[in-house]
Amino acid sequence: MAPLQLDFTVATRDFDVELTLDVGSETVALVGPSGAGKTTVLRAVAGLVRPARGRIVCGDEVWFEGGTHVRAEERSVGFVFQDYALFPHLTVTQNVTFGGGAVDGLLERFRIAHLAREKPGGLSGGERQRVALARAVARSPRVLLLDEPLGALDPHTRGTVRGELHDLLRELRLPSLLVTHDFEDAAAVADRIGVLADGRMRQVGTAAELLGAPADDVVASFAGANVLRGVAEPRPDGLTEVRLEAGGSVLSSDAASGPVDVVVYPWEVALGLGQTDDSAQNHLAEEIVSVANVGNRVRVRLQRLTAEVTTASADRLELKPGTRVVAGFKATATRLLPRS
Amino acid sequence: MRALFTAVFALAAAVAFTFLLLPLVAIFLRVPVGHLFAQLGDPVTRDALLVSLKTSAIAHACVVAFGTPTAYLLARQRFSGRGAVLTLVELPLVLPPAVAGIGLLAAFGRFGLLGGTLDAFGIQIGFTQAAVVLAVAFVESPFYVRGAVAAFEAVDENLFAAARTLGAGPWRIFLRVALPLAAGGLGAASALALARGLGEFGATIIFAGSLQGVTQTLPLAIYSQFDQNLDVALAISALFILVGAAILVALKVFGWLRFSWISPLRPVTSTSS
Repeated sequence: MAPLQLDFTVATRDFDVELTLDVGSETVALVGPSGAGKTTVLRAVAGLVRPARGRIVCGDEVWFEGGTHVRAEERSVGFVFQDYALFPHLTVTQNVTFGGGAVDGLLERFRIAHLAREKPGGLSGGERQRVALARAVARSPRVLLLDEPLGALDPHTRGTVRGELHDLLRELRLPSLLVTHDFEDAAAVADRIGVLADGRMRQVGTAAELLGAPADDVVASFAGANVLRGVAEPRPDGLTEVRLEAGGSVLSSDAASGPVDVVVYPWEVALGLGQTDDSAQNHLAEEIVSVANVGNRVRVRLQRLTAEVTTASADRLELKPGTRVVAGFKATATRLLPRS
Repeated sequence: MRALFTAVFALAAAVAFTFLLLPLVAIFLRVPVGHLFAQLGDPVTRDALLVSLKTSAIAHACVVAFGTPTAYLLARQRFSGRGAVLTLVELPLVLPPAVAGIGLLAAFGRFGLLGGTLDAFGIQIGFTQAAVVLAVAFVESPFYVRGAVAAFEAVDENLFAAARTLGAGPWRIFLRVALPLAAGGLGAASALALARGLGEFGATIIFAGSLQGVTQTLPLAIYSQFDQNLDVALAISALFILVGAAILVALKVFGWLRFSWISPLRPVTSTSS
């Protein structure tokens, strides 16, 4: 039996958020567009909002079912709020011990001992995040809830803090729900990822499962894929030809017919300056919209596609906005999802 | 055209400023300042000062004691009719104080709504110091409650949620989160209400009368003295101006305090160590 069993519906102003999810001693990331109901799920588990119906069970305790609604202050959850919600009038130590529990070792463990007497106002984003985490785990909660724990950090700090968070969650081995709008953060920190859109869970699985077999276009685009719309028609040679809505056509080794979403990951897309004679079956001529450095790679946004190439390749081809290039990708790297 | 604009607006501002300042300055210029403050030793002034301090202190303590929980509930609870209740709290703000006096008389006076009941217990309120306290409390309470509601509403909702997930019950949340974070706003509302209470005139003279040493507060003493001994009236007025200025300075300090709580909440994106 999973330590945290969720099966509930919460009514929000705009729509109902429905969730059925068993969380083991693992971290499940909830990703999805803003306003998808991710934070609502966390608030329901914490007892800050009351579901319209359903069940929330933590181990041997029923937190919500029918007439039972255990108050937030009586549930054993550690909650890291978006922007951290540290008490501005209390020192770091007072914040961490607000809920009781011993401070010994905790401040050292989170490398905030030297800030013990500081108030949150004077801390950097990364320091605040560590204080918020220390406060959330100080009471030895049975469930950990994290709302955009990396959201308020700049890209430079983010990478480091992401690693620390990953290690911490592995070490705690608590059922943890982590909300993020960033698929990369989710993939780096969580064991499983659930994609939530319009209050519905579209798919739950490991990052590899979501990338390899996205259930629909929302999941695919959240996993960072290019999604192109078209109409598929099987060919005699066993491949499928898709006529794209925006013009042109591509081939895929997936079988499909009728309206489909064509899914191609940026790292499967090669860029060339002219029609190239390579094994890729698909070639789309496009103009570069923007070029951005992402670590050791360059993300090149074209009109319909995004490609990721190495910095060396980008330099060699002198890629810059306005340049016309040919984007090539193999038929075997082209996934087709039937559109309902 | 720009020069004309500047001239017209500067002139309007100069006229307004002079008009507002002139009566205040005139009080200090009418008689020598030394003579002015010597008048504060006058028995009428001394009695009025004592009555005012005592009644204001009691009334203000009651307003803060009852007004703070009221404001907290109004700020934090969502219930139907909340808007109507908030409007009702503010109604005394727009009423002439004389109406408040008549209302208090109709409620607590000897022939009022509760007059008979109170009379049965041997309690008479009209024209006693208790009447002054009631009048002052009635008139100043909306100032306090309104400011206190705003002060509690300004506390980030997520801090309450965070306190709850840390196991804090309602008392602990109120004492350790709400009160300290709203302190600046509560202090400002309190100072404003106190100033309004000290200056209360209309409701007091109708409900409590103007008996020297019993119900005659400082504003009532000004009224009673201005055709008998204008210098005393001037002296009390000068005192009010100084107290008022002190309260405004206190408001600025509270405002600064409140700002110093809120400003650290802005998101910081600087790199960590």
